[in-house]
Amino acid sequence: MSDELVSFEVNGQTLQARPGSMLIAATDAAGITVPRFCYHKKLSVAANCRMCLVEVEKAPKPMPACATPIMAGMKVWTNSPKARAAQKDVMEFLLINHPLDCPICDQGGECELQDLSVGFGNSSSEYVEIKRVVREKDIGPLIETAMTRCIHCTRCVRFGEEIAGMRELGATGRSQYTEIGTYVAKAVTSELSGNMIDVCPVGALTAKPSRYTARPWEMRSYDSIAPHDCVGSNIHVHTARGKVIRVVPRENEAINECWIADRDRFSYEGLQSQERLLKPQIKRDGHWKEVSWQEALDTVSGILRKQLAFNIAAFAGPSSTLEEFFLFQKLLRGLNIKNIDHRLRQVDFSDQTLTPVASGLGLSLAELEQQQAIFLIGANPRHDQPMLNHRIRKASIAGAKVLALNPRRLAFNYAAEQIVAAPLDMVTELAVLVKAALEAANQAVPNALAELLAKVEVSAGARSQVALLKAPNALILLGQMAVQHPAFSSLRSLASVLAQATGAKLGYLPEANSIAASLVGVLPHRELAGKPLAEPGLPVNAALNDKNLTTVVLMNAELDDFANPQQTLKALRTAKHVIVLAPFADAQAREYATVLLPTSTFVETSGTLINAEGLWQSFKGVVTPPGEVRPLWKVLRVLGNALNLPDFDYVETSEIAAELKLELKTVPLTAIGELPETLLVTKQEASLMQRIGDVPIYRTDALVRRAQSLQAMLSSPSVRMHGADMDRLGINTGDLVRLGQGESYVQLPAELDGAVPAGCVWVQSGTEAARALGSAFGSIMVDKG
Amino acid sequence: MTVTDTSDKAVLLSAHERAEIDAWLARYPADQRQSALLGALRAVMHEDHYLSVPKMDAVAAYLGLPPIAVYEVASFYSMYETDERAAARHSISVCTNISCMLNGADEIVAHIENKLGIRLGESTPDRKFYLKREEECLAACCGAPMMQVNHVYYTELSPEKVDSILDGLE
Ligand code: SF4
Ligand code: FES
Ligand code: FES
Repeated sequence: MSDELVSFEVNGQTLQARPGSMLIAATDAAGITVPRFCYHKKLSVAANCRMCLVEVEKAPKPMPACATPIMAGMKVWTNSPKARAAQKDVMEFLLINHPLDCPICDQGGECELQDLSVGFGNSSSEYVEIKRVVREKDIGPLIETAMTRCIHCTRCVRFGEEIAGMRELGATGRSQYTEIGTYVAKAVTSELSGNMIDVCPVGALTAKPSRYTARPWEMRSYDSIAPHDCVGSNIHVHTARGKVIRVVPRENEAINECWIADRDRFSYEGLQSQERLLKPQIKRDGHWKEVSWQEALDTVSGILRKQLAFNIAAFAGPSSTLEEFFLFQKLLRGLNIKNIDHRLRQVDFSDQTLTPVASGLGLSLAELEQQQAIFLIGANPRHDQPMLNHRIRKASIAGAKVLALNPRRLAFNYAAEQIVAAPLDMVTELAVLVKAALEAANQAVPNALAELLAKVEVSAGARSQVALLKAPNALILLGQMAVQHPAFSSLRSLASVLAQATGAKLGYLPEANSIAASLVGVLPHRELAGKPLAEPGLPVNAALNDKNLTTVVLMNAELDDFANPQQTLKALRTAKHVIVLAPFADAQAREYATVLLPTSTFVETSGTLINAEGLWQSFKGVVTPPGEVRPLWKVLRVLGNALNLPDFDYVETSEIAAELKLELKTVPLTAIGELPETLLVTKQEASLMQRIGDVPIYRTDALVRRAQSLQAMLSSPSVRMHGADMDRLGINTGDLVRLGQGESYVQLPAELDGAVPAGCVWVQSGTEAARALGSAFGSIMVDKG
Repeated sequence: MTVTDTSDKAVLLSAHERAEIDAWLARYPADQRQSALLGALRAVMHEDHYLSVPKMDAVAAYLGLPPIAVYEVASFYSMYETDERAAARHSISVCTNISCMLNGADEIVAHIENKLGIRLGESTPDRKFYLKREEECLAACCGAPMMQVNHVYYTELSPEKVDSILDGLE
């Protein structure tokens, strides 16, 4: 296809387009209506529905606009008698086997077939024979099927193959027996599966969680931003009768294109959780009492005033908004409280003063597609940032080489060369690459690395892997498994040296809105804009272990958000006061908390999220908070006032954001920090195994953890391990295995998993079963239960 | 598309089936393993007389395809059987399309049904014969009525001729 434009004519109007591009794209761009079902601008051309037939000069028959390449001088009519007749005929055929059950169809009112049949259908049909019926299929908790309505456009099939990167649906059988489905009974598992609901032009695939709850014309649509990962996908939140009914993508080519991840689509279900806090509550003599906001806030300010600053620790969950983070640290710093942190899943803070203030991707999401080599270190973007993973996949399809270093072999949906090493061995594996890179670049070994690099040997494989990173557009990304690693500082330093030696860029895949938290200083050692503190507080793990601890403030954080739930629970149980500001509290939280302040979720407040590329996206509240729930930022503001702290009189979150924009505009988001004097090398404790404790895709934050349909997508907790370890320990698949970290243990069924390296067990974090366990990537005692 | 970690599913394929598939694979470019799919399914049909889901999954794993791509092909072509009840040593298809019908195909079908004690679409309990329901013209109209047994066409049938053909099969 050349880049020069040619002229051609549609309905007498002269248009320009690249020769060879499809007619329908040009008519769409010019606002000329051509009916269609199978065409979708993001999918390959199938040309199987024939709804887009148009008249083309010199062509004996009408041509499908979606599959007719543009040629200079061609003349097209989209609504001539010939074109119209063809379109009407196709519509008649499509409706032959369609049940016409619009009144009981959830798609009614937003159905492409319904819409087009108004323009192109007949009020009566000549077809009087029996219609075909296709049996309903159960393809999982997220998508409801009514396959008799399917018109076989194959958009869903193409979506699976081309966008989700896993072909789960297909067209089996032929002629009138053709059916769209999975053939064998099985749930669709793609993390992007909900988009099939959107691409399906009819009511064959509809959203199961919101089925039959509201009609499209009853719903109001509000713009918002998804808070669950660092992409910040743009969404529409649809509400009816004051409730969120569903969430759908809001097209933004630069961020999420026209898709969203299932996590962003279905998390709203958590809003209805039984664990929702509706009234402020205070625990007195072991009993919960509902109190007025006034009383609750008085109690909280009383506690904060009375306790000594060094007796208090305050933790914030990473999906809070920029404004919430800002007011949180402002409130606490106003009281001289220093033990403030948001890095709840991180354990190695040894080099925290050497790292940049905040680190993101280092480039835009769209630029990810242009990378020629991407090295993922401790990163599972498919689960952690599904829409970002989609960009990496596009890069891979365009020819980029993807290299990955992870503690277990991951199921990528693109070709990836995987280096798999037990967590602690990841450091040595990375060191091999660094040594190879330094040798190739003829660079001296930095002192900090000398000891480690002396111990490793460069392999031929490492040399060719390093050569990949020499591509002009190469990128190294540190993911959540790296950040949560017991020797994160070493991985970080090694990655920095690798980037410098190869010329590759370095970036991070941060957790949710954690860039905002770092920028405003929800950190023990840095305040707003990264200003270092002369007398820093303790990072999260040290603060929890601190003997002085009497009071803990938790903002949007609960047990499942911490790297070490066992240690956290112990600290929370011992603390005299545990003040929780959150939308939810489960039985566990009711046990450790002493004050519960019901605060907003992202649909009930305004705020700002900063995504991985550093983009600020503000959103407004969509529904009125239920019960006595108050927007979190307002609660923090009122607390600031109650404690007589200065400058706590913001009227809108936009005021705060504007102020912060000025403060933070000079802070760059870079990834390369300084090197420490020596690298931290953690030794494996003999006789223990290493735990791989990454967070499952739908256990990342409080709202997601309460979204029932998403929970139904997760497999039940288990301990997965290598065959050699199962043999050694005499464990068979299905056996209960005893897992112990620190003081308590749990029993989980064993599963054989060749993707787990020997010497390790894969026991995921963020689950209820993992609450009795310790560090996500720590040593673990494993034996037959 | 890369399919990872499915290799262990391919163990269901026999050495003979693998050899057959490899022979087909050798005829196509190395990056187009899907091309060998029809041949691979044929190899499985020869051994099992039908395509079970585990075997189709094994073929998918062996060729590096998503399983659904195999199911689509297997369910599209009428010569692949996907129902275990169709698994028999000999598959009989009597053409009942127009030319054959005019020349007495119905009588042939009735005769076979009586002889074997099964109806169209059923197989004999000993798994020797499967009487397939054939929908389309088998393109031997000049010799109507006709039937196909496995890969062999028999034309100008009469009940007696059918008897001698079927009785002669192992
Ligand atoms: S289910 Fe919907 S998207 Fe899929 S083929 Fe049928 S009509 Fe098209
Ligand atoms: S949209 Fe062109 S054939 Fe379906
Ligand atoms: S009708 Fe029987 S072979 Fe053609």
